[in-house]
This record gives sequence, C-alpha cells and structure tokens, in this order.
Amino acid sequence: MADLTTDFVGIKSPNPFWLASAPPTDKEYNVRRAFEAGWGGVVWKTLGEAGPPVVNVNGPRYGAIWGADRRLLGLNNIELITDRPLEVNLREIKAVKRDYPDRALIVSLMVPCVEEAWKAILPLVEETGADGVELNFGCPHGMSERGMGSAVGQVPEYIEMVTRWVKQNTPMPCIVKLTPNITDVKQPALAAMRGGADAVSLINTINSITSVDLDLFAPEPTIDGKGAHGGYCGPAVKPIALNMVAEIARTPEMAHLPISGIGGVTTWKDAAEFMALGAGNVQVCTAAMTYGFKIVQEMISGLSDYMDKKGMAATSELVRKAVPNLSDWQHLNLNYIAKAKIDQDLCISCGRCFAVCEDTSHQAIAMSEDRTFTVKDDECVACNLCVNVCPVEDCITMEQMAAGAIDPRTGKTVQPDYANWTTHPNNPGAVTAAE
Amino acid sequence: MHAKAYAQGVVAGRLDPVEISAGFGDLHPPLDDHEALVAADRCYFCHDAPCITACPTDIDIPLFIRQIATGTPDAAAKTILRQNIMGGMCARVCPTETLCEEACVREMAEGKPVDIGRLQRYATDGLMAAGVHPFTRAAPTGKRIAVVGAGPAGLACAHRLAMKGHDVVLFDARPKAGGLNEYGIAAYKSTNDFAAQEVEWLLKIGGISLLTGKKLGRDITLQELRADYDAVFLGVGLGSVNALIAPGADKEGVLDAVDFIADLRQSTDLASLPVGRDVVVIGGGMTAVDAAVQAKLLGALNVTMIYRRGRARMNASRFEQDLAAAKGVRIITNAAPVALHGNGAVREIECEYTDDALVPTGEKFRIPADQVFCAIGQTLEGGALPDLDGRKIAITGAGRTSVVGVWAGGDCAAGGDDLTVTAVAEGRDAAEDIHIALMGATAGAAG
Repeated sequence: MADLTTDFVGIKSPNPFWLASAPPTDKEYNVRRAFEAGWGGVVWKTLGEAGPPVVNVNGPRYGAIWGADRRLLGLNNIELITDRPLEVNLREIKAVKRDYPDRALIVSLMVPCVEEAWKAILPLVEETGADGVELNFGCPHGMSERGMGSAVGQVPEYIEMVTRWVKQNTPMPCIVKLTPNITDVKQPALAAMRGGADAVSLINTINSITSVDLDLFAPEPTIDGKGAHGGYCGPAVKPIALNMVAEIARTPEMAHLPISGIGGVTTWKDAAEFMALGAGNVQVCTAAMTYGFKIVQEMISGLSDYMDKKGMAATSELVRKAVPNLSDWQHLNLNYIAKAKIDQDLCISCGRCFAVCEDTSHQAIAMSEDRTFTVKDDECVACNLCVNVCPVEDCITMEQMAAGAIDPRTGKTVQPDYANWTTHPNNPGAVTAAE
Repeated sequence: MHAKAYAQGVVAGRLDPVEISAGFGDLHPPLDDHEALVAADRCYFCHDAPCITACPTDIDIPLFIRQIATGTPDAAAKTILRQNIMGGMCARVCPTETLCEEACVREMAEGKPVDIGRLQRYATDGLMAAGVHPFTRAAPTGKRIAVVGAGPAGLACAHRLAMKGHDVVLFDARPKAGGLNEYGIAAYKSTNDFAAQEVEWLLKIGGISLLTGKKLGRDITLQELRADYDAVFLGVGLGSVNALIAPGADKEGVLDAVDFIADLRQSTDLASLPVGRDVVVIGGGMTAVDAAVQAKLLGALNVTMIYRRGRARMNASRFEQDLAAAKGVRIITNAAPVALHGNGAVREIECEYTDDALVPTGEKFRIPADQVFCAIGQTLEGGALPDLDGRKIAITGAGRTSVVGVWAGGDCAAGGDDLTVTAVAEGRDAAEDIHIALMGATAGAAG
C-alpha cells in the first residue's frame, strides 16, 4: 500500500485529505469524529476576533442543486464564520491537538483589516499548539459586507499587506485562502506570495443564487421572503477550481508555491486530479456534508490503490504530474485528428448521440431503420458531444487517425508532425518559421 | 388453514374474507410521489424512442416521463390521454413487458426497464382523482354517429368523435359500459371499480348518450343504424365463447372462463363466490391466467392450467405465466382434454399429451377437477354484419368495413392484437377516419 503521508509546508499528516474550514470543523465534537474516521487534517472553522461572536440567520443556510436521483451536485451557503465564543474554540482546539498530535490542525482566521487585530489573535492560536493558520480571504457573503473575507481577497494589495502582518507576528506556517470571485486568480496568489505566504488554498465558494421560489418569487434559500447570494461549492464547482489551481501551478514564478486544492473534491479521483494539477493536498467540505465523515475511507483506499497501480511510493510523486501538459489553445496540435467510434455491442440504441449531433452539432451520426447508430467519418469533427451524452460508459470513444490516412471529412492526409495555430496559414498573425 | 379449505366440490368461503381481500388487492400498487420521481429519473429521453414505437397508441412516453420528472404530472397525463383516452386502464392492464417496457433501452442496458406502466398510472390517476377532464368539444358539426359496443374500442371512438363536435349514441348489450374492462379482466388489475370510474370520467367530454341493454341483432340492427345515423362504428367484441368439444363437456361444473371472470368482477362480496377445490383451466391466454389466478385467490386448493401447445406458444405473456406460477397455479403444456368424468358433476378431467404439431401421443393422464373453466377463445357472434376476414369483420385502412358508412375496431375486427390498448388505438383511428369522411378531406387538419 502506497504511503499517503503528506508534508505540506512542514505540516505532516497521515494522508492528504483535510477537512476544509466550514461547518464540519466548527467544534471539538465534530473534529474528534473526523479524526476518528481517518481524516488526515482539519482546518478549524474560521475564528473571528474576541468579543461578541457573530450571529447567523435562523432560517435556511443552505440551498442545493441536484442531479439524477436527487444526488447533490452543488451546495450554497450563507453561514458566517464561527458563532461560538473565541475562548471556547481555542480551548477545544488545544484539547484536540493534544489528543491527535499526528494529525494536521490548522486554524482559519478572519479579523478586521488592521494589524492590531491580527497581532491580538495570533498568539492565542499559537498557544493552542495548532500547526498553522489559514487566512480566510474568500468568504463571499456576510463577512465581506463588513470589509473582511472576499472583500480583502478581491484586492491583491490587501492580501499582501495582511499576509505580511501575519508572517511578521507569528512563526506559524501561513496558508492564504483565495476567493474565486475575481477575474484572474494569479494576481491574488502572487500577492499572497509577495506577502510571504507559505501556501495558498483555493477555491473558496463562488457567489451564487441556487434557485428561485416560483411561488414566493424569492431567491433560495429564502429567509422571510428574501434571499441573499451565498457561496457555491460541491461537485459542480470542481472544474472551476481545477482551472484556478492549474493557473497558479503553471505560472513559473509560483511553481514552488504550495497549493492546497479545494472545490468539489468528492472521491479519491477528484483528489488525485487536484494533486496532479499542482495541489500538495486537498480540502473537503461538501462531500462530508453530503455523506458524512466516512467517505475518507474510500478516498484513502482509492488513492492508495491508484498510486500502487502507477508505481508511486509517495504523494509527492503525484503532485504536479499533469502540470507539464497544461497548455493554451493556440499550442494544441491541429494535426491531431480523431473520429468518434460507436461500439455496437455496448450500444443500447437510445439515440441520444444522434439527436444531439443532428440537432446541435455536425450531422455526423447516421441512424438506420433498425436503430443502428454509426458515425459518418466524412462529417465527424470529433467534438466529443456524443461521448458526453451517451449513457453507457466507453460505448463511444474518440479514435485517433493514423498519420498517412486520409481524413474523409477534409480529403487531406493526416500529417505526422505537430502544427498549431501560431503557424497556421489561416492565422493572419501567423509567424512563418525561419527558412 | 380455514375450515373449508379442503372441502370437495364448488363451495364459497374457502378462505378467510380478509385473506381474500388481500389477495385481490392491486397487482401493481400505485407509485407515490417519491417513487415516481425516482422511476422517472431513469428515463434517458431517447431519440425517436423505441417505447413509443412499441406502444399501439403511440404515446410520447419520454415526454410524459420528463413532465413527471419536472413536477408537472398533470401535463404528463394530458400527453398520455391525448393519444390514449383510456391511458388509466392501459396503465393497469397493458402487457408492458411485451410492449413499451420490452423496447425500453434500459431493458437492453441492464435488464430493468423504466417503470413506464406505473408512471403512466401515476400521471393519469392524479388527473382523474382531481376530477379533471382535460379535453373540450369542438363546435357542433350536426352529425350523429352510432357506436355499438362500449368497450375500449367503442369508448375511444365515441370520445374522439365527441371531441370533434359530433353527437354520439353509444350502445352496449350489457347493463354497464366498459366491455372487457368492466367484465373481462382480473379484479386485481382494476381495483376500486376503476373501469366504471374511467367510463364516467371519459363521458364528461359530453355529447355521448349511453344506451345500455341494447344488443346488436336483438334490440338494434345495423340496417336501422345506417338509416338513422351519419356513420356507424362497430366495437362489439367477441360475444360468443368457443365450446370445449370433448365427451362430458356438458357436465355440471364446466364453465366458460369469461363468465366466471364476469361474475367475479360484478360480485360485491368475493367471499360469497363459490369455487372448486380442484380447478382446471383449459387454455393458454390472458383469460386463462386471469381465471386460474383468481380461482386460486378465492381459495381453490389446486389450480391447473392445461394448454395444448408448448409454453413458448402461450398467448399469456411471460409475466402472466410467472404471475400464475407465483400464485401457485400449475401449468401443464402440450396436453389436451379428451374426456371429462363424473356422475352429473365433473370430478376428473382426462388429458392426452400432444406434440408440437398437436398430434396426440397416446400418453394420457387424469387429474381431479370439480370445476373446469374453458378459455379456448371467443368468436364473433351475430349475423347481418359486414364481410368477414376469417372469423372477424374485415377492415381496410382505419377500420373501414365492406359496408359504406360502417367502421369497426377492437376484438371484433380482423388484425391487431386483442389487447385493450390496441382496441383504443383502433377506435381512435376509426373516429379520425369517420370525421374526415363526414367533414371532407380538410377536416383532419382543421379538427
């Protein structure tokens, strides 16, 4: 069995699966259950400054998007940072860390944008024995209206400033949690790095309205007839999160900036994908809030099996494995030509490939009287839509054409060499290769 | 074990009334809201879906299931009823395992089709329970049409004609409308008097006068109808039962299965119905299964179906055969009755094994039988009918008979399976054809 031990900015954990700062990590009771279930680490739900705690709404805090069989695909929340007294949280953090010294325990923080506030809270956290802090610059609702959370995370200068304050006032490792509610995630990440952050974690939740109550004409979740935007998370946001992680990982000056990947991690496979794109570990919330803490057992066994199959001895071998293959459109090989192929033994003749290709794509699938569906190679552009809508796994595949063959669609011979848009004759800005 | 369980002869009360009523409960209990959503979720919304092709009434099944899945079951019901006004009954009695559900791609994918029949029932039950009749009549045309037979074919025809603005007089020989839905199918397929409720609901369209107790050839004649009406539709079904030809077939206790089923359906107290201890049903169709299973449910100790050909040739679907077996009915195939024995009342039936070409093998056996139900087919009855094709009324196109102005559909017409759903399709299509014939070629598009 592969060794899943992870060292993230000097913080060791028995596996790369941490629970993200969120409702599942709000108190000792939950965190102890999480560690008993096998989670490698926990980012304690965000602490605010001393004094009267925040208050939450007393109506619904969550809204959801469902897929088939009412499987939860996306979750939205309007919950604030911890609404329990600071001293209670600190006492519990200390007790849990004492009992689980081998697990990572990070404390998420969000205090006002003045240095004194940070100077006041950091020693209190240090005293608990926690392994590090995560700066919550991402929360998009409620706290942002008070100049915290994503209100900081959307201004790179603030990120840099606050990160520097933290680094100047504590020896603890500092992870900066980024908001996705910006146009270019590289800017806040670079700001965090300039401020001295040991790592970044992303993504926090995405501004969202889950749905609208069509009787009340109110956004959901609805509180007394009104709704406010919340933060969106869960499997639906994973592609957005993967892209943002990748954007940072492939930027040369941030190639060595550790990333904690967050956003829709639901299975071991999701975690492996985040890690391959540059995440040193992952943080999970919605999956636990959907199925409970036990899912970590599948994550552990799944990642371990996968690494064994790939001959990987340590998680570090997986991290960044896909980063070299991140490219831009203009560098994709235009001489790579594929055609869809339908496996007639697997096909159940639902005709969905035909309907979507005929109605919305390239009219490249033929349907016979007896409902046999075949690809018209002279029309197929290998767009992949048929694969995406086919209900049977691996029934439709994309088959690469061999060099030297004639593409029946264009009548041209498939070229063996690589050629991209930058040199394509149709590109007005094409750079002619040196003679 | 109840006291009368072993009593010989044909007696009532073999089972506790509670046990009887439990046995005759809904064969396919209705889906609740949650179950319907889960079931609807499985539909792939196929292109030009095979289930639609397999449905004799061409119901747009993927569309109605999507309407259920998106929380609009009444819209789903309208999608169904637009094509098949008896969608409620068909949801209960259709052999879906040989129609839509057999064609479902998920049957091919994982041997478990989408539960189309029960989803259809979910949608139609909801609308009917609300007392909503979703269709209205077109402007009156002034045309009057006689529909003979208020079974599925006649009712579907009458409804469609009424919708088109015609006035319909609907005749039926029996005291109640509904035809086989009311008299001819197993009680556990149409519980809570559903057949009668459906007729009442269907007639809410208006413009249909129902005249019961009017039998063609006895109380009315085709000649009179042709003279008095602008068109006539015959949906009279098959009134007469094929007789069992074997020595002793006239003994007491030898009955037509259709009469047994009709009596059972009209009974208000099943516990009072007498049934034999050793029941034998001759035949291999749906009626045979309905009779055999219901005899079992009434408390018959041994029920045996005897069919002259191999199992693969049985008209009863595989599901029906399995249902019979599950209820404890023994099915003997490749055997034919050769004599019935008994002093006055039947006590024993003697059979001979046959090969697949129905040639007797000489191998004989006897089994106890104090009640024998014959379910060996039915025949069209009455004279002065349009030309026949074999033993049924010959038709061309959408039910046109050899007589101008007379259409026919359902079991009395040649061609098609003898299914409720087929009868509905034929009645509906004949109505469309009658409408065009009466109103001119453009009527179809305008109507």
